[in-house]
Amino acid sequence: MNSLRILFFLLLLLIYPEMHAQDKNIPVLDFSAFEKYLNQDSDTVFVINFWATWCGPCRRELPEFEKIHKTYFDEKVKVLLVSLDFPSMLEKGLKTYLKNNLITAGVVLLDEPDANAWIEKVDKSWTGSLPATLVYKGKNRLFYEKELTYRDINSSIHSLTNL
Amino acid sequence: MKTIMSSVFIFLAVNLLAGEGLKVGDKAGDFKLKNVDGKLVSLADFKSAKGFVVVFTCNECPYAKAYQDRLISLDKEYKAKGFPVIAINPNDPSIEPADSYDAMVTRSKEKGYTFPYLYDEKNQVFRQYGATRTPHIFVLKKNGQGEMIVKYIGAVDDNHQDASAVKQPYLENALNALLNNKEPEPNFTKAVGCSVKSKPAQQM
Repeated sequence: MNSLRILFFLLLLLIYPEMHAQDKNIPVLDFSAFEKYLNQDSDTVFVINFWATWCGPCRRELPEFEKIHKTYFDEKVKVLLVSLDFPSMLEKGLKTYLKNNLITAGVVLLDEPDANAWIEKVDKSWTGSLPATLVYKGKNRLFYEKELTYRDINSSIHSLTNL
Repeated sequence: MKTIMSSVFIFLAVNLLAGEGLKVGDKAGDFKLKNVDGKLVSLADFKSAKGFVVVFTCNECPYAKAYQDRLISLDKEYKAKGFPVIAINPNDPSIEPADSYDAMVTRSKEKGYTFPYLYDEKNQVFRQYGATRTPHIFVLKKNGQGEMIVKYIGAVDDNHQDASAVKQPYLENALNALLNNKEPEPNFTKAVGCSVKSKPAQQM
């Protein structure tokens, strides 16, 4: 009986991430609907990663953001993955990718073609290449236009929480 | 005076170190790069050109692909008016195999490129220009001394997804302004694009 229970528990552990990752609801937002995520005034650290499924370095760093999301799940750190995939790729491209890679962090799709009108509202220094990441808490903001590792993201979170 | 001189010096030094590339108004350097037909191409080869549309682009980036057809029609129209398109692939194929020289030759044939598609083999020209993404446009215009002056940097237009939904054809507007001896407005725009795939310069 006991071994059956353990087996059941192990099985649950195995399928748990699957359950979490499947059928993700992904809001498709224009910039005016998205902008609020860039300026949330609270004591939470927000980690906003701009990426796309077709971008190699983005795919490489995505598991690092997922790890951050899991590490800080119960803390005042929120990860948001902002996909710049074309909206036509939402179902087959993006959702399938997230499911296959067991991504549980929050995802939105930013659908605003005139990037010239919004890129500098994310950060003045951003030239527009992917990946790019904004880490902020209140008025203190850090911006990176490059591939990041778990360590990079973690140390930027720490530098903001230790202020 | 001393402080002015030293701050000018620091400004120059910082610019050099950061390798920020060209800005509107700067003089652009020439280059000699291998075209998809195997021949070397320089800006100086185009004796009668009034200027150039230098485009850093590549094979595989969806944003670059979205603009392939638009660049062909722009080249067809503006080459005749004196501003030919010169496309340059800045990516290192050891990082992005789909952007190898052979793949460039194939793409150019498949799409019927009407413009040179050059291979930035040493990853130097994109640094010299300051291109960070594909596609990334630099419009140059010859001045009275035959120097190439940067007149516009940025995007082709404001809608990568749908050419028929474009409201601001930034590049076309810039070229039309230059043909009328006016300065482009805006002369600098930003766009989302794929990062240039290269090893850091220090590793050379």
